[in-house]
Amino acid sequence: MSAAVLATRGLRKSYAGVEVVGGVDLRVAQGECFGLLGPNGAGKTTILRLCLGLTDADGGEIELLGKPVPQHAREARARVGVVPQFDNLDPDFTVAENLVVFGRYFGLAAREIEARIPALLEYAGLAGRARAKLNTLSGGMKRRLTLARALVNDPSLVFMDEPTTGLDPQARHLIWERLRRLTQEGKTLVLTTHFMEEAERLCSRLVILDRGCIVAEGSPRALIAGHIEAQVLEVHGPGVAQWMAGARRLAPRVERAGDTVFCYAEDVAPLIAALRGQDELTYLHRPANLEDVFLKLTGRDLRD
Amino acid sequence: MPRVKLFAPPVLSLRFVAVWRRNWLVWRKLAIPSILGNLADPLIMLFGLGYGLGAVLGNMQGTSYFAYLAAGFVGSATMYAGTFESLFSAFSRMHVQKTWDAILNAPMTLEDVVAGEWAWAATKALAAGLCMLLVITAFGYASVPRALAALPVVLLIGLTFAALGLAINALATGYDFFSYYLTLVLTPMMMLSGVFFPVERLPAAVQAVAAALPLYHGVAIVRPLLAGQGSGALLRHAIVLAAYAIVAFYVAVVLTRRRFSG
Repeated sequence: MSAAVLATRGLRKSYAGVEVVGGVDLRVAQGECFGLLGPNGAGKTTILRLCLGLTDADGGEIELLGKPVPQHAREARARVGVVPQFDNLDPDFTVAENLVVFGRYFGLAAREIEARIPALLEYAGLAGRARAKLNTLSGGMKRRLTLARALVNDPSLVFMDEPTTGLDPQARHLIWERLRRLTQEGKTLVLTTHFMEEAERLCSRLVILDRGCIVAEGSPRALIAGHIEAQVLEVHGPGVAQWMAGARRLAPRVERAGDTVFCYAEDVAPLIAALRGQDELTYLHRPANLEDVFLKLTGRDLRD
Repeated sequence: MPRVKLFAPPVLSLRFVAVWRRNWLVWRKLAIPSILGNLADPLIMLFGLGYGLGAVLGNMQGTSYFAYLAAGFVGSATMYAGTFESLFSAFSRMHVQKTWDAILNAPMTLEDVVAGEWAWAATKALAAGLCMLLVITAFGYASVPRALAALPVVLLIGLTFAALGLAINALATGYDFFSYYLTLVLTPMMMLSGVFFPVERLPAAVQAVAAALPLYHGVAIVRPLLAGQGSGALLRHAIVLAAYAIVAFYVAVVLTRRRFSG
C-alpha cells in the first residue's frame, strides 16, 4: 500500500455481532475528492472513524498519509482535518476563540494560529466576525466555521461526514464552492453523503456502499454510463398501472414506486408517443443521474 | 475493544494541557457565578452551623466548634467542587456538546482528554479549598503558614474526587444518573468523615466504614495541619488518599475507553 494518501484493505468491523463494515478496500489518491455513498446504516461513518483510528477494526489494514492506523493514528491525524456530521463547535467561545482553542490541540503556537485566522475567516465567509458569539451565527455559518476549524492545521486530507446535511440551497452551494477551492489547492477530500447531487458535482471518484460492502466504484459519469440507461421518464397519475403494462414493451427497465412509474431507456421517444392522449397522466423526462444508479444498486426500501 | 487495550495503563502526555486551557478559557468568562456557586453554599453552612451550633456545643476536641467545622469544610468543599466539575460539567462537554469528540479528531487521545479534565476538575477543587482557607485565615481560625501547609492536601483531595467523578461520568446515561452518586455516596461520606463531628464517637463498625472513605483521610490531615499538629500519621492518610486518586483515575480511563469504543 503506497502512493495513495488513504488506503484500506479488507476493512471489517462488527458491533454486537452485526457486521457494519464487511471487507472494504479503498484507495484515495492525492488531490481527489472521494465520495463514500450509501443509505443510512451502510457503514459510512464507521469507515471514517476506523480511518481516523477512533475505533479499532476487527480486521484489515489502514494506511493514512503513510502511517499505519491505529498504531500511528495520532501522527496521521496531525495532518488531517475532520468535519463531523453534527457541529461540535464550542458554544461558549467566539468564532476566533473556536479556531485558537482547536489549533492548540494540534500543538500549534498561539502566534501561528492567530496568523492563520484572517485567511480562515475569509475562506469561511466570516471575515469581520472574529469576535461574534457562536449563538449569533446561522446554521450555514456554523457549518462554514466547522470547515474552517478543520483547516486550522493546514491538513493534507480532510474527512467530511455529510458536510451539507440540514443546509438551505444557498448555504450548500457556498460550501460546494469552498470545497472545490480545497481540491484546487491540492488537498484531498473524503466525504460521505447521501445527496447524490452533491456527490455528482464534487466527487472525482466514489464508492457506493450497501450493508458495509462496496457495490460500485468509479467516477460519477462512469457509474451512470455503466449501470443505467441514459434517459428516464417518470410518469404518474390515475391509470398509470394500466399504462405501465404497455410501457414494459418500450423500455428495457420499468419500475414502480408508489404511484410513480420510472422508465429507463436509451431512447424514450416511443414512451412519450405512448403517452399521447393520456391526459390524466403527467410525466417528467430527464437524463439519468447518480441517484438512479444508487437506487438501482441499493433498492428503494427504507433503511431506518 | 480487546481486553489488553481496554485495561492497558494510560499513556500520558503533556498534550492534556490544551484541554485544561480550553476549560480555563470558558471558566474565565463565567468566573463570578461559578465562584459564587462554589463558595456561597459551604460558607453559609459554615457560618450558620459554626456559630449557631457552636454556641450550643461549645468546644470540640479542644478547639472552638467553628474551627473544628471549618477544617472539615475545607475537605468537603474541595470534594464537592471537584465532584461537580467532573460530573455535570465534564458530562456536558463529553455527551451534550460533544466537545470531547471534536478534540479526539485532532492528534489527541482519550487519555489526553481524561487527564486534562482530571487536572481541570482538581484545579477547581483546589480553588474552592483555597477560598475556604482564605476565609478561615481571614477570620483568624488558621495562620497563613498552616493554611499554606494544607494546600497540597487540598489538591490531593481534589485529584481524588475529580478522578472518582470522571469514573462515574463514564457510566452516566444522563444528568439524573449523578443523583445516585451524590445522595448514596457523597452525602453519607460527608456524614461519616469527621466533617461535622468526631468519628471516634460512632460504633466500631461504622468507624471501620469511615476509615475506608477518602474524605475521612482528607479531613484527618487538614484538621491537625490547620491546628499546627503535624505528625507521621498524616503521611499514612496521604498515602491512602493518593492511592484512591491513582486507582480512581485508572478506573476512569478504562471506563471512558469502554464508553468510547462503542
